[in-house]
Amino acid sequence: MSEQNINVTLKVWRQRNSQSKGGFETYPLNDVSTDMSFLEMFDVLNEKLIQEGKDPVAFDHDCREGICGMCSMFINGRPHGPKQAVTTCQLHMRSFKNGETIVVEPWRAKPFPVIKDLVVDRSAFDRIISAGGFISVNTGNAQDANAIPVAKDNADESFAAAACIGCGACVAACKNASAMLFVSAKVSQLALLPQGQPERKQRVMDMVAQMDNEGFGACTNTGACSAECPKEISLTNIARMNRDFLAAEITAK
Amino acid sequence: MGLTGLFLCTFLVVHMIGNLQLFKNDQGLAFNLYAVLMTTNPFIKTVSYLLYLSIIGHAIQGIYLVFKNKQSRPVQYAVYEGKASSTWASRNMGLLGTILLVFIAVHLSDFWFEYKFGHVPYATYATNLTDGEVRLIPTPPDYKQFNKLEETTMITPEGQFKVTIVKDLYLEVAEGFKSPWLVIVYLLSMCAVSFHLYHGFQSAFKSFGINHPKINGIVNFIGTWIFAIGIPAGFAAMPLYFFFK
Repeated sequence: MSEQNINVTLKVWRQRNSQSKGGFETYPLNDVSTDMSFLEMFDVLNEKLIQEGKDPVAFDHDCREGICGMCSMFINGRPHGPKQAVTTCQLHMRSFKNGETIVVEPWRAKPFPVIKDLVVDRSAFDRIISAGGFISVNTGNAQDANAIPVAKDNADESFAAAACIGCGACVAACKNASAMLFVSAKVSQLALLPQGQPERKQRVMDMVAQMDNEGFGACTNTGACSAECPKEISLTNIARMNRDFLAAEITAK
Repeated sequence: MGLTGLFLCTFLVVHMIGNLQLFKNDQGLAFNLYAVLMTTNPFIKTVSYLLYLSIIGHAIQGIYLVFKNKQSRPVQYAVYEGKASSTWASRNMGLLGTILLVFIAVHLSDFWFEYKFGHVPYATYATNLTDGEVRLIPTPPDYKQFNKLEETTMITPEGQFKVTIVKDLYLEVAEGFKSPWLVIVYLLSMCAVSFHLYHGFQSAFKSFGINHPKINGIVNFIGTWIFAIGIPAGFAAMPLYFFFK
């Protein structure tokens, strides 16, 4: 694809802090290279705003290679924009048309309050992980990795669940702002491995309880989470968590 | 939600099979006898109370879900491309359910309430015991019913007849569906049933933790072809049949 430059109009959500009301600002941006990533385009916009003496747009970003889970823009009505299985940093301006108006919003969910502009507080996810997303290991030398046999299928499925980068696109995409895909991925990655068995029941109950405490919505199986997930986490994880949760509720002490 | 939903799905199958007797060309005898069975059999009466509870429970839980989930997103998106990632039905279960709740109220007041508390006329059938032919004969004007089903055998020079006197719910149905408005309400409601079950049936399985490539095929097949297409189409055929009859 040959390089070309396009003009776009950005409608960006600006909000001074978590208390202020916020609203959309419109920024025309000309001569945007189609080889730029969406975040690089925002860098250009911010350079321009700084030169004009204005406040640059605050947005989350870190690795810019799709593995850290920091970037979190809701672009034209979809988390991480129009492409499938990519994060915002992996989205390029060639995915947009010349003259297009692009609406950029922060994730919208009660447990994800806006800190500033497009930055939201996702520490609710951290608290869910703290509630049970770990295994307890005795101190001492690490044992040989091959000492515990793991079936290949389970290892693969666990790895697929562990690919979740915790970006929150699932919550952002869900009409109910439900965090079931995230939590189920974190439950599944351990539930599928022998190391995760000792705390399996307690883990699912604790993580689900924390998820509910944070105020996430309830799952109605629309499937939007998995469809919009940059890591394509499967919906089957949610069913696994439901199974584990039902079993744990009935059998746990 | 899933538990009551699937129970209501099994009810739809029974309701469908029973109501297929409306299409029987016997002046409604089979259907009216079926109505007697449904209102007198103690087992069916027990299940029907469970059914009413399920409808109420399903509705209350659904309303609770809608409001709870709305609270989880206090600030709405300016642009939300829901259709990019989910079906329309899955995003509008609350709306579809509300339509169905109103429909159930209309449907019950039309037939169930009329049958139990209203003034449904009586029909007297004479079944020729030799050739099985059913004829509608006039009910005596001063007839008072003591049992819901009265059957006597009558011997006349023309042959032996079984005389059956029952409430004529069939007539109520046939007369009711002469109204184009009622037919339209029923047809639109069956569209709502279709979309509601297209998402609901398979979603219930996922909520129970059943989401596996081995059985998803059969669940989706039943959900789509039986519950989203077969059942609503069958029910929709009933008002159309009487409207054009």
